[in-house]
Amino acid sequence: MSVFNQSRSRVIQIIFAAVFIVIVAQLINLQAFSPKYRLAAENNAIYRKVIYPDRGIIFDRKKRSLLENTIMFDLVVTPAESRGTDTLTLCNLLNIDTTDYKKRMREIIFKNTSVRPSVFEPLLTPELYAKLNENMYKFPGFILSERSARTYPYSIAGNVLGYIAEVDTGFLRRHADEHYEMGDYAGMTGLERVYEKVLMGQRGIKRLIRDNKSRLQGSFENGLFDTAQIAGKNLYLSLDVELQQMAEKLMTNKVGSVVAIDPKTGGILCMVSAPTYNPNYLTGNQRKKHYGELLLDPRLPFNNRALGNKYAPGSTFKTVSGIIGLTEGVINEHTTVTCNGAFEGCGTGKPKCLDKGVFNFKEAVAHSDNTYFSTVYKRILDQSRYGGADSALKVFNKYATTFGLGHKLGVDLPSEKNGNLPLSSDYEKKYGKKWYSCNIISNAIGQGEVETTMVQLANVMAIIANKGWYYTPHLVDSIEGGDEYNMLDTFKIKHYTDKNIPDSIFDAVQDGMQAVVDYGTAAASRIPDIVMCGKTGTAENYSHGIKQQDHSFFGAFAPRNNPRIAIAVICENAGQGAWAAAPIASLLVEKYLRDSIKGKERQDKVEEFAKKNLIPRLMRLAMNKMDSLKQIKENQLLLQQRIDKEANDTIDNEDGTEQENAKPAAPKSSKDAAPKTKNTAAAILVNEERKNKKTFRTI
Amino acid sequence: MNNRNTSISQGIDWVVVWLYAVLVAIGILCIFMVEYKPGTDWMQTFIGGKTNYSKQLIFTGVCAVAAIFILLADSKLFTAFANLLYAFGILLMFATFVIGKSINGSKSWIPLGGGFNLQPAELCKIFTALALAKFFSRQETDFSKLKSQIIGVSIALAPAVLSHFQHEDGLALAYLSFFLVLYREGLPPQILIIGTTFGILVVATLILEPNTLAIILTVIASITIYFLRKSIKRKKNILLLIISLWILAVGIQRFAVPYIFNNVFECYQSTRIYSMVGKDYDCNMNHHKSKGNEKPARKPDDYNVRQSKIAIGSGELFGKGFLKGTQTRGKYVPEQHTDFIFTSLAEAFGLLGCVIFLGIYLILLNRIIRIAERQRSTFSRVYGYSVASIIFFHITVNVCMTIGLFPIIGIPLPLVSYGGSSLLTFSILIFILIRLDADRQMVLR
Repeated sequence: MSVFNQSRSRVIQIIFAAVFIVIVAQLINLQAFSPKYRLAAENNAIYRKVIYPDRGIIFDRKKRSLLENTIMFDLVVTPAESRGTDTLTLCNLLNIDTTDYKKRMREIIFKNTSVRPSVFEPLLTPELYAKLNENMYKFPGFILSERSARTYPYSIAGNVLGYIAEVDTGFLRRHADEHYEMGDYAGMTGLERVYEKVLMGQRGIKRLIRDNKSRLQGSFENGLFDTAQIAGKNLYLSLDVELQQMAEKLMTNKVGSVVAIDPKTGGILCMVSAPTYNPNYLTGNQRKKHYGELLLDPRLPFNNRALGNKYAPGSTFKTVSGIIGLTEGVINEHTTVTCNGAFEGCGTGKPKCLDKGVFNFKEAVAHSDNTYFSTVYKRILDQSRYGGADSALKVFNKYATTFGLGHKLGVDLPSEKNGNLPLSSDYEKKYGKKWYSCNIISNAIGQGEVETTMVQLANVMAIIANKGWYYTPHLVDSIEGGDEYNMLDTFKIKHYTDKNIPDSIFDAVQDGMQAVVDYGTAAASRIPDIVMCGKTGTAENYSHGIKQQDHSFFGAFAPRNNPRIAIAVICENAGQGAWAAAPIASLLVEKYLRDSIKGKERQDKVEEFAKKNLIPRLMRLAMNKMDSLKQIKENQLLLQQRIDKEANDTIDNEDGTEQENAKPAAPKSSKDAAPKTKNTAAAILVNEERKNKKTFRTI
Repeated sequence: MNNRNTSISQGIDWVVVWLYAVLVAIGILCIFMVEYKPGTDWMQTFIGGKTNYSKQLIFTGVCAVAAIFILLADSKLFTAFANLLYAFGILLMFATFVIGKSINGSKSWIPLGGGFNLQPAELCKIFTALALAKFFSRQETDFSKLKSQIIGVSIALAPAVLSHFQHEDGLALAYLSFFLVLYREGLPPQILIIGTTFGILVVATLILEPNTLAIILTVIASITIYFLRKSIKRKKNILLLIISLWILAVGIQRFAVPYIFNNVFECYQSTRIYSMVGKDYDCNMNHHKSKGNEKPARKPDDYNVRQSKIAIGSGELFGKGFLKGTQTRGKYVPEQHTDFIFTSLAEAFGLLGCVIFLGIYLILLNRIIRIAERQRSTFSRVYGYSVASIIFFHITVNVCMTIGLFPIIGIPLPLVSYGGSSLLTFSILIFILIRLDADRQMVLR
C-alpha cells in the first residue's frame, strides 16, 4: 500500500537529521568555542558593589586627631517606589517647593532610571536627619543611607590637611591606572592628596546578582568571590595642635604665612597660610556654597602661602650672604664697614641704611645694616680668583643650594614652589654679557631676584640652628602599620651644607641673630628667659609698578643652645619685620617652648595681634567691591520682593474677579526696567574684579 | 497517562506517549526555572495556579482529558469530519476579521469569555492536516497530475494566506511545513530544490555585496559552461538553460529580493532579518513605512537574539546547573517562558543537555515517520507526515531563532513552550495520530 514514493521517506528523515546536525553544530559553536558569552552573561548579571573602607585618620604629634570620620546621612530615593509619598511634608522639611521636588525627580530618573536608588539630598544636617527620621514612614521609596564623611574637631589646618571630593572625569583621566571609579571620593589637596594611597585603604568588592532592570537579587555564589575592604592607615604628624591653633589665631585678618620646624627632625610643627579656612566648611551639604565663596575670595585662601608662594626674603637673607662671605673669607667676624647713610660701593647711593655708623659683623646683623652686606656681596662677586662675576655667582649659588634654596625641598604637600636663585644667564639677558656686581647688588639684602618660599626660610633658620645640617621639612612623622610605599624615606636623610663652613661661622651668625633679639631690630620681641636668635626682614614690593606697603618677615630659632623650634613668619604688606612678623614669631616660640605665654603683658599681646587687621590695601578694596556687589544683588532681591508684595497687597484689596487683569499692571514693568541698568553695572564690576585678582597673584 | 484501562490502550504506541510525557515534563521544568524566585515555597506555588508553571500544569491536565477523549473516539470520526472541520476552521479565521481581538498587534484571536482566547490559525493546523489527509485518501486523487498538485497546495496554504493578513506571519510560515508532506506524496522534488536555492540566494544577497554576488554567480555559470562544454556542443539548449538561470539568479539578487524586503515584509520584519546577518535595515525604504501607523523600530533590535545567544553560550558544555542560570534568573531574555524557553534549558544544562533534549525530539520525529510509514491507509500516512512536518518545522524555526540562525518570529517550541493553545494543539495532533495508528489495520478513507 505504502510502497508509493517510499524512498522519499528516507529523504525526509535525512532532511530532519541534516537540520538537527546544523543546529547542534551551531550549539557547539556557541557553547563550546565562544567563551565570550560566558563573560557577557557575567557582565550582565554580576554587579560588583564597591565597599568603601574607612579613610585613615590624621593625628598630631600628641596623638590628638586633626580629622576624623563620622557617619552622615543621604536621603536616597528609588523613584519607582516613591508613589504615595507625602510630597508636601517632605518639601517642607527640606525647605524646597514642589516644583523643585518634581524637577529633582525628573533629573534623577533621567540620570539613573527610576528603579535604581539615587541620592535625593546629600549629607543631611543632624537636625534635618532627626526630623526626617521621625517622618520616614510617610515617604515610601525614600531611605536614609549612611556614608562616611570627614570632620575636623579642631577646625584647623585646612590648607595642610586638604580636602576630599568626588572624582571628576579629569581626575579619572589623570589617574587612569589607579582604579578609581565615578562616585569615588579622593584626596584633592594637601595631605589627603599626597598620602591618598595610604589613607584610602583598599576597597572591598561584593558580587551581587542583578536582573535586567539592575535590581539586585542576592549575593553571587554566596559571596565566594567577594573581597573584604581594608581600612586606610592612620597618619601621625609632627604638627602641634595648640601651636597651630595659636598661629591661626594670630594670623587672623592678616595675609601671610607661618612655618615652624623642629630643627632636630625636620618635622613641621605648624604651618599656617593666612587667611585660612575652616576645613569643616568643605564637608556637609553646604560644601558647594562654601567652596564657591572661598574660590572667589580675593585673598585666595586655597593657596598655601607657606610653600605655594615665593617671596623676596628681605633682610632675613643677610644671614645666608653673611655665612657665604665669612666662609669665602672676604670678611671675618671683625671686619668693619662704615655706613654714612647708604652703600657707596656702586655709586648709586643704593641701598640706603637705617642706622649710620661703623659696624662689625655682629652689629651689622643686629641692626640689619644694608651697606655691610652689600659690601660683602660685592666683594664675593668681585673676587678675582673666581675669574669673573658669573663664576662668582655660581660659587655663591652653590653655597645657597646647600641651604635648600632655589629648589623644591620635597615637603610632603602638593604644589611646592622652587623659589629662585638667579643664574648668570638670567642677568645676561637683562644686562648683557658684561654684567657686573653692581647690577645685582640688591640680592645681598634679599631684595633682588632671590626668592624663597616660607618653608625654605624656616629651613634656613633650622640649618643655622643646627650649624650646618637639616632634614627635609615634612609633616608626617609615621604611618600606622608601617611605611608600605616608602613615602617617608626621604625625610630620614640628613642633608649637610657645604662642609667648608666651620661651626665658628655659624656661631658668629648666631651671635648676630641673638643680638637682633637682645637689642637689635627685634628687641621688642624678646622672650624673657629664653635665648632666641632671629632676623627681621622688610621687603619692598610692587604691584603693577606701584609700590605697596612692605612685606614683614621674621626668621628665628630658639633656644640657642638646644634649638627646638625654627620659625619663619611673613605678614604681607604689614610693614617692617619688627612690627608684625617678629612679635607673632616670638609669641609662637614661647608658646611652643613653654606651652603657655608667661606674663600679663605678653598675653595681652596675643589678643592684640589676633585682633589686628593687616589685610593688604588692594585685597581690602577687592573684598569691599565684592561685598558691595553682593549688597547690590541683595538690594535688588529685596526690592523685587517688596514690589511683589505690594502687587500682591493691591490684588488682595481688589475684587477677586479683577485679579487676572491686575497682575500684569504697572509695578511689574517698573520692576523689570529698573534693575536692568544695575545688572550691566554689576557685570562691569565683575570684570574689574578679575583684573584685580590677577594683580594679587603677581604680588 | 499510563493508568488507562486495557480496552483503549490496545494498539497504542507507548513510545510516542512516553516521549510526549517527557517533553511536557521538561517544558514545565523549564518554565519553573524561568519563574523561580529564591525563598518561595515552590510546592505551594505549583498548586496555587498563580504562576505560569502551575498554569501549564493545569493545561497539561486539560490536554490529558482531551487525549483520553480522542483515544476513546472512533478513527472513522476523523475521516468523516475532516473536510467539515477544515471548512469550520477557515470560517473561524474569516470570523477573526470581524469579531477578532487584537493581542500583541495581531488580530488573530477570538475571545471565548472568562479570559480565554482562541487562535483559529493554531487549531487550523490540525484541520489542515486532516483535510490534506482526506484529500490524498480520495481514490480519484492522482497527485502526479498538476490539478491535484494545485489543489493540495491550496489546501495547505489557504490558512497561511489568511494568517498573513492577520499579521501572524509566524503561524503562516508554519503552514509551509506541509510542503514536506506534499513532497512525500509525490510533489516534484524540483519545487523543494528551487525553494532551497532561492533561500540560499536570498541569504547570499543579504550577506554579500550586490556586485560581489553578481561576479560569483557569473563565475559559477562560466565554470558550469566550461565543464559542460561537450554536452553543450551536442545540445545547445543546455547553454540556453544555464544562461537563463544565470539571468534569473542575478535578477532575483538585484530586483526581487530588495522588492520583497521593501514591499512585502513590514519594516520590523526586514529589520529582524537584516539584523540576523549583522546589518542595519533602513526603514525609509520600506513602503509600509509610509502608512505611518508603524512604531519606529526600537534601536537595539537584536537585543533578544543577543541575550538569547548569551544565555545559550554561557551554558557551555555542561551548563550552570538547575536554577543557577544568571541570564534566566535575571530575566535578561525576553519572552523566555514562551518562545525562548530553549535558552533556559541550554543555560542550565549546557551542550550536553541540549543534545539530549534535541535527541528526544529527533527520536519522536523518527518514531512518527515510522508510524506513518506502517499505515495501511493513505489518510493515516499523510496525517502522520503532517504531524511530523509541523513539529519538525516548529522545532527548527524556534531553536534556530534562539541560536541566531533564523530571524525572530513568534513560533513556540512544541510541547515545551508555555501556552495552553499551543500545548493543546500539539497534544491533539499527536493523540489523533496515536488513535489512527491504533487502528492501522483498518483502511480509512
